[in-house]
Amino acid sequence: MAIPLSYNVRNLRLRKSLTIMTALGIALTVATAVFIMALLAGLNRAFGTTGDPLNVLMLRKGSNSELAAGGVSRDAMQVLKELPGVARNSKGEPLVSGEDILVVVLPRKGGTGETNVTTRFLTPLGIEMRPQIHLVAGRWFTPGQREVVVSSSISRRFEHANLGDVVHIGKGDWPVVGIFDGSGTAHDSEIWGDINQLVTDFERTVYSSVLVRATDPVAAEALKNRGNDDQRLELNGLLEPDYYASQTKSGAPINIVGWIVAFIMAVGSCFAAANTMYAAVAYRGREIATLRVIGFSRPSILTSFMLESLLLSLLGATLGIILMLPFNGMTTGTQNQVTFSEVVFSLQMTPAVVGSAIMFALIMGLLGGFAPAWHASRRDILNALRD
Amino acid sequence: MTLTRFVTKNALRNKRRSILTILSIGGSLLLLTFLITIWRTFYNSQPSEQSAQRLIVRHKVSLVFNLPSFYREKIRSIPGVKEVVNQQWFGGQYKDDKPANYFAQFGTDPEEFPKVYPEFKLPADQLEVWKHDRAGAIVDVGLAKKFAWKIGDRLNIKGLIFPVNLELTIRGIFTPPDPTQSIYFNKSYIDEGFPRLKGSEGFFAVLADSPESVPRVAKAIDEEFRNADRPTKTESEHAFQLGFIGMLGNIKAFIMSICLAVVFTILLVSANTMAMSIRERTREVAVLKTLGFTRRRILGLFVGEAVSLSLVGGLIGSLLCFFVVTGMASSGGYFTGMKVTPITMAFALLIAALVGFASSFVPSYHAAKVNIVDGLRHIG
Repeated sequence: MAIPLSYNVRNLRLRKSLTIMTALGIALTVATAVFIMALLAGLNRAFGTTGDPLNVLMLRKGSNSELAAGGVSRDAMQVLKELPGVARNSKGEPLVSGEDILVVVLPRKGGTGETNVTTRFLTPLGIEMRPQIHLVAGRWFTPGQREVVVSSSISRRFEHANLGDVVHIGKGDWPVVGIFDGSGTAHDSEIWGDINQLVTDFERTVYSSVLVRATDPVAAEALKNRGNDDQRLELNGLLEPDYYASQTKSGAPINIVGWIVAFIMAVGSCFAAANTMYAAVAYRGREIATLRVIGFSRPSILTSFMLESLLLSLLGATLGIILMLPFNGMTTGTQNQVTFSEVVFSLQMTPAVVGSAIMFALIMGLLGGFAPAWHASRRDILNALRD
Repeated sequence: MTLTRFVTKNALRNKRRSILTILSIGGSLLLLTFLITIWRTFYNSQPSEQSAQRLIVRHKVSLVFNLPSFYREKIRSIPGVKEVVNQQWFGGQYKDDKPANYFAQFGTDPEEFPKVYPEFKLPADQLEVWKHDRAGAIVDVGLAKKFAWKIGDRLNIKGLIFPVNLELTIRGIFTPPDPTQSIYFNKSYIDEGFPRLKGSEGFFAVLADSPESVPRVAKAIDEEFRNADRPTKTESEHAFQLGFIGMLGNIKAFIMSICLAVVFTILLVSANTMAMSIRERTREVAVLKTLGFTRRRILGLFVGEAVSLSLVGGLIGSLLCFFVVTGMASSGGYFTGMKVTPITMAFALLIAALVGFASSFVPSYHAAKVNIVDGLRHIG
């Protein structure tokens, strides 16, 4: 027969301060794990949701980043425009966008140093090909003018990146005329400007990359292969979502250090939970013996104490998750390991993160609670009653 | 029985509890030592004597833009500059894109490179051979050990940034004071495969005549190119490296917040244990008082017990961290060059002692204050 759960709940309530302190210890560990998982979830979201499966990104052969030197020549761009399977817009123009990427250094707000920001130069056609990006303030840049639009996260995180400010790129000052929202994609870490003006300023003779929109998924695959195989073009074709997904490796340092930290904290918390449960068992020596005399079996005592430990860790998990809730959605940045520039992302406490945090806490409770529970179920009845 | 012995006996009266507490504190202190070590490696490392004398000149807008090669001679003519050498980040791939196979590759000028980096020990005969082989390279001794490279080995590096694949021959193995994870080769090799790069350089490394003249030289160089087509940004090598760490994100806040969480956790664990063990001993305290122990002395006994428990935990934790970090540093990768210094360990122990003190003070104070008659009547 099982011992009712309310017995454990009452016991936890009886030793309030002990329960709360242990639960808080577990809560802090869970909060750290949630923090790390939420960071990684945010990073995955930024890269995982960027790109349309119909878009094919063409890079120079042998390169895996838009920032590489040498790129797609003007001639190759003309060939791409004429390929079969390339979609056209309502005006009948082929949806092929030659783009150039530069990196500019901007000071972070609050004087915490400066960092590289990816600046993408393109034509209005390129904007049209990314319908998930929309303006939230000001207007788009005018072709032929030194003007830029910045993403809302960039304008929040950096000095001199608001409407009316001026960004210095190369030879000239580029006023910020608009702010766009990248909807959580990698474009949230970018500044956009007019490519024709850039070509004049920097004498760029090639594109960093060319984005091609296919009419359907089969055509996208065909265009990608065409880019890879055509000796004349010398291109490396990638589906746009695959290109961005490969950049999630930027999270590797957070991943490694984060999990070391969470693991060691979890070990510490396991010992603490074991301590509390041992104390709970020691205080209740006579009580346990009485339960045995009444007829509760050893397994039901073991289960009961395990459940109590799990309850304790569940309480800790809840506290930890509540502790981290205010940080949900907070934006932060790290270095993109592919483009060596800032990638802005936000902490995402997704259901998966919360679920894993609860599992994490339950495992701690299980490990910390087993030895004391085993001990409780094995004690000699007569000796315990005499205590 | 001396007082120290009394404290030790008490600390060990419930062995299982003490051991669990010590292990719990030890785990947290291991983490704390680890985080402080990362912090010190990033922000507190003192530049070496030669590094303090070096400056890095790069394009003002970003490292991605190159500077014209002729800047080198202009920089050389600035007072206080001893040597200048060009460098170009190659950013290629060795074997595959696994992090274990990652190292930095720089194109440079073999003639002047050893003069700017005198602390990189390279045998003179190897240097001579390198100078005469346009496809030669010198490699860090740590990398040579890791990949089992020997002089004369071929090294194929696939160009990712530049459309050039390097086929290098190892001509020398240099020994730097700290691991660099780098190889150096002749920059003109890239120029041959990618002529657009000819006449421009990624950045310049400058050796000043003394560490004191570094700020002045930096200013003079930037002043020289202020109105040029390609303005420069010059900073000390140390500041340049810190700039890279800054790009990883707000690491300071990240480490600080985790450290706080850790310290708070040990505080809870330790306070919990002490509260438990002191509550059990209410009657004993009353007996001690009848025997003539003052309040102060009783307080001292309990606080001493807590502090010694957390100190033992702290010692175990920081020693463990020392071994873990030493092991990780020798396996290469992200942790190369990390060291747990005695100062870091002392600091961790200090934190442990403080936590032990803070956690036991309130329960001990209450215990010491207890009325003798009430205490004797207490049923634990």
